[in-house]
Amino acid sequence: METDAMRLDGNAIGGLMLELFGAEMTAARGVCGSCGAVEPLAQTDVYLNAPGTVVRCRHCQNVVLRIVRAPGRTWIDLSGMRSIEIPDAG
Amino acid sequence: MTGFVSRGFKGRRRSGGPEGRVPPGQYVTDDFPVLSAGPTPHTPLEDWSFTIRGGGEPVSWSWEEFRALPSETVTVDIHCVTKWSKLDSVWEGVRVDTVLEAVEHDAAYLTAFCDGGYTTNLPIEDVTDGKAWVAFGFDGEPLEPEHGGPARLLVPHLYFWKSAKWVRGLELRDEDEPGFWESNGYHIRGDPWLEQRYWGD
Amino acid sequence: MAGAAVLGRLTWQIAEVAGTVEETPRVKTIALEAESWTGHRAGQHLDVRLTAEDGYQAERSYSIASAPENGLEITVERLDDGEVSPYLVDELREGDRLELRGPIGGYFVWGVEDGGPVLLVAGGSGVVPLMAMIRHRAAAWSRVPMRLLYSSHSLEQVIYRDELERLAARGDGLEVFHTLTREQPAGWTGYSRRIDNELLGEVAWPASESATVFVCGSTHFVDAAADGLVALGYDPGSIRTERFGATGG
Repeated sequence: METDAMRLDGNAIGGLMLELFGAEMTAARGVCGSCGAVEPLAQTDVYLNAPGTVVRCRHCQNVVLRIVRAPGRTWIDLSGMRSIEIPDAG
Repeated sequence: MTGFVSRGFKGRRRSGGPEGRVPPGQYVTDDFPVLSAGPTPHTPLEDWSFTIRGGGEPVSWSWEEFRALPSETVTVDIHCVTKWSKLDSVWEGVRVDTVLEAVEHDAAYLTAFCDGGYTTNLPIEDVTDGKAWVAFGFDGEPLEPEHGGPARLLVPHLYFWKSAKWVRGLELRDEDEPGFWESNGYHIRGDPWLEQRYWGD
Repeated sequence: MAGAAVLGRLTWQIAEVAGTVEETPRVKTIALEAESWTGHRAGQHLDVRLTAEDGYQAERSYSIASAPENGLEITVERLDDGEVSPYLVDELREGDRLELRGPIGGYFVWGVEDGGPVLLVAGGSGVVPLMAMIRHRAAAWSRVPMRLLYSSHSLEQVIYRDELERLAARGDGLEVFHTLTREQPAGWTGYSRRIDNELLGEVAWPASESATVFVCGSTHFVDAAADGLVALGYDPGSIRTERFGATGG
């Protein structure tokens, strides 16, 4: 299958982010560490099963999140994101 | 494990496979799943090159030069860390031994670098003596872009994330420098027979 | 209470299938009863987890089709090479149980309090979360202007067809536009092509109306529709998108 059809968006990892961060994150606004673009995480390009999860800035393709899940532990690399603004639970 | 079972759910057909052919925790598939960490690059062949650097002067091949190197067809089993194994897959490629011979070096490790920015690290001994190829053909056809074409690394004895898609060269190093996945949880070496999926395995 | 709500969503809970409805030959709606369900907002989804006898697990996300006012339902399309959707559509029956987690999503959501006008653009099964918004609007007896532009391959594949007709006939500000891209019935007077900028221009409000837009479907569909609306002058920030993979299944 063409890889572009496999590209999803941040909505696809809403459950994963809720589990990892304990907060609803799809509406959280992240600042790309590479190009400075500010977008809700729902508006990122998400590649699942890459074998891990890769989240890229839609503007510059910089990797803003990398997530690897193993039995009993999860690695998260946030180094591609400069900051993230998480709204309080409403 | 919750103990909960979904009545009647079987999932994709998965079998254990022939004795001794399938590493622990894997199941056999007839498909060839596409895994990707980013958009498919589409480097035109006239812009493509393969480079070995880090061992004195860099050495590069254009696509024509690369395709003029001796190549071979091999049948190998491949094992993905996401648990599928594909047996008897047929590839065509240039042995990594062949391209490394063009360079004087005493490096113990290398990092494969690729269009799109992906990297993976390997000890030299895992890519020499006929263990690895720069593959340009799969199943008798030119390697498709979604599977890493025009050329990818092929290192079948390690988990398939080491077989870097869209490879553009090898950087020789004295030390093992974790690549894209190895720096974020996946095992630095990735031997499926030792089930080295993650750090500490 | 907020903490409890978050924990509820974090954990997997078991739901029982209360009933199923065949929407089209490939699409089924599944009504669920989950003890610890905390309610949802239109546009949200839930994650479903299936476990085989040997412990193998598969997880997928499905948009909630029901209005928040009307219980919990998901609508699932069977993908030919899917792993989960054939089970949900063909095998799962009333009385079965499945594990789910949710509701999930704080971005692709709409409530009547958000106002309008609201443009909904659906490609195939992308209509599901948008239908939750339409049903919520109906349940609230809202008159917020709302338009649905719904692309399907054929009339037989239009999900919720009768209900959409009925709701649009209320004349309360909901309008439904169909485009059938592969096959049209004799006498069809609706659109009969893939969504393009001209079609969008005819259905969408002028950009000056500052409509909120929700687009849902495959990645290609969503990209094309969103680009088209931006070309019509829509502010990209007003367009909310949700891409369904063909990886799902």
